[in-house]
Amino acid sequence: MTRKQRRASLIGAGLVILAAAVGLVLTALQDNIVFFYSPSDIAERGTEPGERLRLGGLVAEESVVRGEGTDVRFDVTDFAATVTVTYSGTLPDLFREGQGVVTEGVLGADGVFVADTVLAKHDENYMPPEVADALKRTGNWQGEGAEKSHSETYGEGTYP
Amino acid sequence: MIAETGHFALVLAFAVALLQTVLPQIGAYRQDARLMAVGVPAAQAQFLLVLLSFAALTAAFVTSDFSVYAVAQHSHSAKPLIYKITGVWGNHEGSMLLWILILSVFGAAVATFGRDLPDSLRARVLSVQALIGVAFLAFLLFTSNPFTRLDPAPIDGGGLNPLLQDPALAFHPPFLYMGYVGFSMAFSFAVAALLEGKVDPGWARWVRPWTLAAWMALTLGIAMGSWWAYYELGWGGWWFWDPVENASLMPWLVGTALLHSAIVVEKRDALKSWTILLAIFAFSLSLIGTFLVRSGVLTSVHAFATDPERGLVILGILAFFIGGALTLYAWRAPQLKGGGLFAPVSREGALVLNNLFLAAATVAVFVGTLYPLALDSLTGEKISVGPPFFNMTFVPIVLPLLLLVPLGPLLSWKRSDIYPVLQRLFAAAGLAILTVIAVAAVRGEGPWLAPIGLGLAAWLVFGAFSDIAYRVKAFKVPARESLRRLRHLPRAVWGSTLAHAGVGIMVAGIVGISAWRVESVAAMATGDVLEVGGYELMLANVGAYEGPNFRAEKAEFIAVKNGREIGRLRPEKRVYPVQNMPTTEAAIYTAWVSDLYVVLGDRRGENEWTVRAYVNPLVPWVWIGSVIMVLGGAVSLSDRRYRLGIPFARRKARVAAEGAAS
Repeated sequence: MTRKQRRASLIGAGLVILAAAVGLVLTALQDNIVFFYSPSDIAERGTEPGERLRLGGLVAEESVVRGEGTDVRFDVTDFAATVTVTYSGTLPDLFREGQGVVTEGVLGADGVFVADTVLAKHDENYMPPEVADALKRTGNWQGEGAEKSHSETYGEGTYP
Repeated sequence: MIAETGHFALVLAFAVALLQTVLPQIGAYRQDARLMAVGVPAAQAQFLLVLLSFAALTAAFVTSDFSVYAVAQHSHSAKPLIYKITGVWGNHEGSMLLWILILSVFGAAVATFGRDLPDSLRARVLSVQALIGVAFLAFLLFTSNPFTRLDPAPIDGGGLNPLLQDPALAFHPPFLYMGYVGFSMAFSFAVAALLEGKVDPGWARWVRPWTLAAWMALTLGIAMGSWWAYYELGWGGWWFWDPVENASLMPWLVGTALLHSAIVVEKRDALKSWTILLAIFAFSLSLIGTFLVRSGVLTSVHAFATDPERGLVILGILAFFIGGALTLYAWRAPQLKGGGLFAPVSREGALVLNNLFLAAATVAVFVGTLYPLALDSLTGEKISVGPPFFNMTFVPIVLPLLLLVPLGPLLSWKRSDIYPVLQRLFAAAGLAILTVIAVAAVRGEGPWLAPIGLGLAAWLVFGAFSDIAYRVKAFKVPARESLRRLRHLPRAVWGSTLAHAGVGIMVAGIVGISAWRVESVAAMATGDVLEVGGYELMLANVGAYEGPNFRAEKAEFIAVKNGREIGRLRPEKRVYPVQNMPTTEAAIYTAWVSDLYVVLGDRRGENEWTVRAYVNPLVPWVWIGSVIMVLGGAVSLSDRRYRLGIPFARRKARVAAEGAAS
């Protein structure tokens, strides 16, 4: 092979691998991204049946009901709308009424969200950014930038 | 006083770094030996000053000096001493100071051990290294001064995030940073080479050991982080494709590619321009990782500070270094002369293929990590890209790479033939197929891909040793002759064999936990038994106790297998009152070929708890494999041919001898 052909074969191999990678990334992006919804989004826009999605908001006060075994049922609210969630398994350490939470799963035909993942992590003051944004949109945000000071809202301590 | 000393030392270090950036660079242009020589003492002084500053901050943490803001925010007098020390880098300011400390260590190392480097190359390397230092010292001094005082000082501090109060995590950041910042060395050498307009095998011989050292530290850092996530977060997984994890994986992938392409530059004087580009990208991705983790763009346990101003400054630093280096590359790289030719089927060809696959894998991880951020900032739409995305992209890209790994070391340079190589791998292929059959027979359940995955792991391990078997002519010459050859094998061969075998062992671990993990969740009262994957777990009792800075509920489980007690597991649920934060301490019983993993969940009633248990087959191998990879790197590094500084000394001696002869 001449120098030119060799270079061409190398570049060719590179392009093939790159094209395959791009193709994989694009198909995977089409099928495997999960959109975030707040309870109001679900009320306004609805969802595709069977679509996997993330639902986030605050765990409504006095809504957590423990059922058989490890089943648990609670409401996720952004104060404008509320969605009931069912979940089976251990809840994260920081799951608490009145705290921010993100759940992932499928919305059933009966309007109950069946979650297989519940995230509430890292810090008592932690607010998932999506939840914070959703609350800001509905005017119920009480964190940074709101009128109340941190210590009033969260008690003394560090704010991340 | 101590804090002010530290602050002052930092300001002095900044000034020294400025000098070190400017003077040697001018010297290199004017070929002024005196100006170039400034770089060496400057780099050493910069290191000593940053070290002094770091020591001052450590002292403030150890003595719980709450008049220092960083200490008041992140430490607490009731914290055990070890976590007071590790708390130094458990916050934004301190961790950036650690970053700079490691940067200056590398700079001082080049200054001290690089006496045999050509003067102008060394001057330029030190200058570029100092420029990075200037940027980050300015960032630290002007936006996140670790020595800011508080008046009045609080009585006690805010405490360290309890999740970070852990021995493995204590040393995860230093190793990770050694890896990240270690690539700054390759970056500085690349930029210096572009400025010099010259890349030769001697350059690669210098870059390789530094890159290898950085790569080892990064491998260890990532492995520690993943181990921590496994036992501390209580989710039973070892890798979550979390953006923060991806941020460390991307420089690792490119660094691995760089490690391999630098071999081609050294041995064959080819692929120069590509190697320079990889060196730039490896450090750029380290910077992007630092940005992602430190800017608060991602909310995670790593995001100490969500201060948009800091994020913007890091973004500026990022744009400057990546943009600057790439512009310089576009301008100067065409002048680098290409070297040795090679056929597609050759060692060089295999290393190119390795680089292509690793680069493609990096692209997949990059898109998956940054696409949600880009979409959010452009359209405000919130999405999350989870493990399914990476399983569909990263895995198919990496699989062919892994299949090809055993072939590479057996191919000869320049031009090779594929059939003799396949013949040498005949035994390894046979053993791999046997593994597939044996695994399918013993563990038929689970996905059909699992036995093939373990076959791939066996292929990697046996394939790696085929290289050694071929080199010592095992079974072809008398055993004594083989042993003699074995003793004389270069360490670099052992190094690559070990590293590739380590990859195989890690693959086995990944396949094991992905395919055969068993999970079981139940509400349990004392005396109840939970069955999980052939084990029986009896909840014996749950008690409470007080730790140094936490309260805990501790359960005791009796683990029984085949009617015999194999051990007791004691998972805990802790509450750290300072932060009012609960954490989960999983209990793990490891049998080396599988882990029994128990988490105590929330209390459900007077005498009932949610309990989650997993059996995670082969998972310890993930970390054992990583450690073997690092060992391989260490063995390679100890090869005398790569010992820092030696290649140049030898070359100079040879040049001198040739000069004398002619």
